[in-house]
Amino acid sequence: MAKPAELNPDSPALEVRTPPKDAGPGKLAGPATWVDDRIGLAKLAGNIRKVFPDHWSFLLGEIALYSFVILLLTGVFLTIWFKPSMAEVEYAGTYELMHGIPMSEAFASTLSISFDIRGGLLVRQIHHWAAMLFVAAMTAHMLRVFFTGAFRKPRELNWIIGIGLFSMGLVEGFAGYSLPDDLLSGTGLRFVDGLVRSIPLIGTWAEFFIFGGEFPGELVIPRLYMVHILLIPGLLLGLISAHMALLVYHKHTHWPGPGRTNRNIQGYPFFPIYVAKAGGFFFIVFGVTILMGALMQINPVWLYGPYNPSQVTAGSQPDWYMGFVEGAIRIIPNWEWHILGTTWSWNIFLPGVGLMGLLFTGLALYPFIEAWITGDTSEHHLLDRPRNAPVRTAIGVAGMTAYAMFWLSGGNDIIATQFHVSLNAVTYFMRVAVFVAPVIAFIVTKRICISLQRQDAERVLHGSESGVIVRSPDGGFSEAHVPITPGEAYSLTRHPQPKALVPNGKKVGRLRRRLSAWYADGQLPKPTAAEIAGAAHHGAIEADHGTPAVDAGHDAPALEGSDAGDAR
Amino acid sequence: MNDPQTDLPVPDPGLEEHPPRFTDVDDAAADRAYKQIVGMLAAVPVLVVAFLVVYFAVPRDAELVLFGANLKMQTTLLGLTAGVATLLIGISAIHWARMLMSDEEIVGDRHGAASPPEARERVLTDLETGIEASGIRRRKLLGTGMAGALGMMALPAVVSLADMGPWPTAELRAKTIEKTIWAEGVHLVNDVTFTRLKATELVVGQLVNAQPETLQEYHGAALQQQKAKASIIVVRMDPNSIRIPESRRDWQVDGILCYSKICTHVGCPISLWEQQTHHLLCPCHQSTFDLGNSGVVVFGPAARALPQLPITTDAEGYLVARSDFTVPVGPSYFERDSSKDFQEGDR
Repeated sequence: MAKPAELNPDSPALEVRTPPKDAGPGKLAGPATWVDDRIGLAKLAGNIRKVFPDHWSFLLGEIALYSFVILLLTGVFLTIWFKPSMAEVEYAGTYELMHGIPMSEAFASTLSISFDIRGGLLVRQIHHWAAMLFVAAMTAHMLRVFFTGAFRKPRELNWIIGIGLFSMGLVEGFAGYSLPDDLLSGTGLRFVDGLVRSIPLIGTWAEFFIFGGEFPGELVIPRLYMVHILLIPGLLLGLISAHMALLVYHKHTHWPGPGRTNRNIQGYPFFPIYVAKAGGFFFIVFGVTILMGALMQINPVWLYGPYNPSQVTAGSQPDWYMGFVEGAIRIIPNWEWHILGTTWSWNIFLPGVGLMGLLFTGLALYPFIEAWITGDTSEHHLLDRPRNAPVRTAIGVAGMTAYAMFWLSGGNDIIATQFHVSLNAVTYFMRVAVFVAPVIAFIVTKRICISLQRQDAERVLHGSESGVIVRSPDGGFSEAHVPITPGEAYSLTRHPQPKALVPNGKKVGRLRRRLSAWYADGQLPKPTAAEIAGAAHHGAIEADHGTPAVDAGHDAPALEGSDAGDAR
Repeated sequence: MNDPQTDLPVPDPGLEEHPPRFTDVDDAAADRAYKQIVGMLAAVPVLVVAFLVVYFAVPRDAELVLFGANLKMQTTLLGLTAGVATLLIGISAIHWARMLMSDEEIVGDRHGAASPPEARERVLTDLETGIEASGIRRRKLLGTGMAGALGMMALPAVVSLADMGPWPTAELRAKTIEKTIWAEGVHLVNDVTFTRLKATELVVGQLVNAQPETLQEYHGAALQQQKAKASIIVVRMDPNSIRIPESRRDWQVDGILCYSKICTHVGCPISLWEQQTHHLLCPCHQSTFDLGNSGVVVFGPAARALPQLPITTDAEGYLVARSDFTVPVGPSYFERDSSKDFQEGDR
């Protein structure tokens, strides 16, 4: 039972106090104090002068974030009129070509947004373009993080959150694409129906549960609507918050450069520079998507017509980000197993569910696989230049190549008709290319990385080409080189190089030892301090004697041998 | 923090010197930038007014020809005014940041992501104190009971979803995905005009998209469901140029054969007909079926032959079905062994 509070007769009488006139600097102090008194704003706001590094490649993730915001804004507008219903109505709107045609309410309301609501078509098109941009920006951002090694410790969890965002972005886009119930989106749903049905053991059950019975039924669009406007956006929002919170906690990675270390971060303060730059960039992304919506037609559903299960158009394709799955489905051989009176439709399950699973699992596990191979347990806040991690870069390019081959296969009919080649030949070629092209890409990329390392070493040892050709008294030509700045020389030589693991007290398994040797193999050892000093000395001697290092007549080596001294 | 090991052949020269910008040293340049920014911001209200004028004044059906393309005037102008206004806000903010805000780079410190050891220690101690205070150590069933109870609650949550759709038991499958509205005596009708098809009116090489006449009795979702299974194609081929197996002799009328239009791969309606080779190509994933050979797969990812509908003619010579399809149409599914469907070489 609650007890009455005891009164203390000694407590002082309340005094009348006047608020201090000047609580702090500037005009903001008044309202700021009011809020701070209540919610401790100053503690919450933390360091508004937090440092963020500047580089164009860091904008890719920002584009993804902003297009998500644009999707939320335009999406809310669209929900005002869209009716997620598969009930049949007879069209009676302003688009005369469809008068009297039976269609679902979903399609009719999409037509109404496009023709009767002022600005409706504009917002629909902005929404669709922003969705394309969202997935594209996430993909580009993910590739940036991969190729620069920004996924390494301590950022592995944020990488996994990113993969979650990426995979849910695909589902979200597909759900939205299916909502208008036009011919293309219905065909997409029919494909999903087949895809779900192909899941071993539970396929038919999953199909009946998702569609509420047989395809198409009348439940799938209301359900997808819930998934599209509530479930996935909610999850995306939560994951984006976690992604940003971890970004702030870890502080952004930065590119190596003079004065930039693993222990510091160099850049501009959040306030005011990034408030203006990032805030301004939001408006730029928004402005560009509005202009795209105004000038570039996308998904003109009124040309496709309402969904009709007996119709499909040649050359029908999903939005670009599902193209790789589409391609895999097209080129898979027709494998079907029959065991004990059951059918296992590998020809749909493997390329559909399997390939997506493989992509997302492989991506999510990569940071851990690489760390296991290299045995690296240190924290990384300085980015790798892709050339300085040749195997990782080659793996990435091989992955991109495999993706590209699957994606191209998604247009095998278009390739066949546009280039006048046999459709069957394109398909057979792609069946091989998805395996062979990545291997070629791996080898070529690794070679290119090593060549670029060689070029870096050359710049460090011999300087930069000056463009001045010198003719020596005995007729030889050589190009004078200018020494690079100490800052550049530092940037080009500071990167750690992966080394093969050697059993050092602890046991290292054979597979791991081999993989780590493979990972470290083939790199060009970076120039040592002695080599750099030697090269500088060499250059100085040449400068004194005024002779090129190599005999006249041998042009190519002479380019390397000469140095800045010749030019001056 | 555990830093990566690296040797530095060139010592770190430290932060580079900060070169002043044009706008830092030249007041005229700074003024110019200032005017540009304010000018861009001043254009925004003008564009907003233009947007409002377009919204209320431009009729919805007006067209605009821009670079040879026919555009909807209202959509285009609304987008142009709003888009440029938005873009100007963004560009001016970034111009401001780049030209007029201080561009001195600053340096912050990084700390390892891990908490300091004291903090870890403290949390562990707190955790220990909490566990002790909860009494779970002495009364062990508390923990087990709670975990078990919470775990059991997953069951109602999952089971409540069991009504998401009807259960595809053998009985229901036989009524749904294994059955279409085709039946003995149902007329084949053109799928646009819904007129009956007369055998004598079809010429060799012709393909007609058709539906069961009874489809007209269905509406809404039921119509879509039936159409998604019952759609057919009727082709007439020269009987001497095709192979008709013994068991399917009486499924056709003088080389007029009827197949399901639904691909056995993932269920797209198939429509691309190669008259000369009797091949039918699915536009979605390019599975190709030989209609001159009982619909067997000749190319692509589909694994099953296209189901054939047995047909005959009625007294007036109109095409009618002899029965429903003998096997389910559309993609295979787990519960049924589709290996016994028609295959190349079957009689």
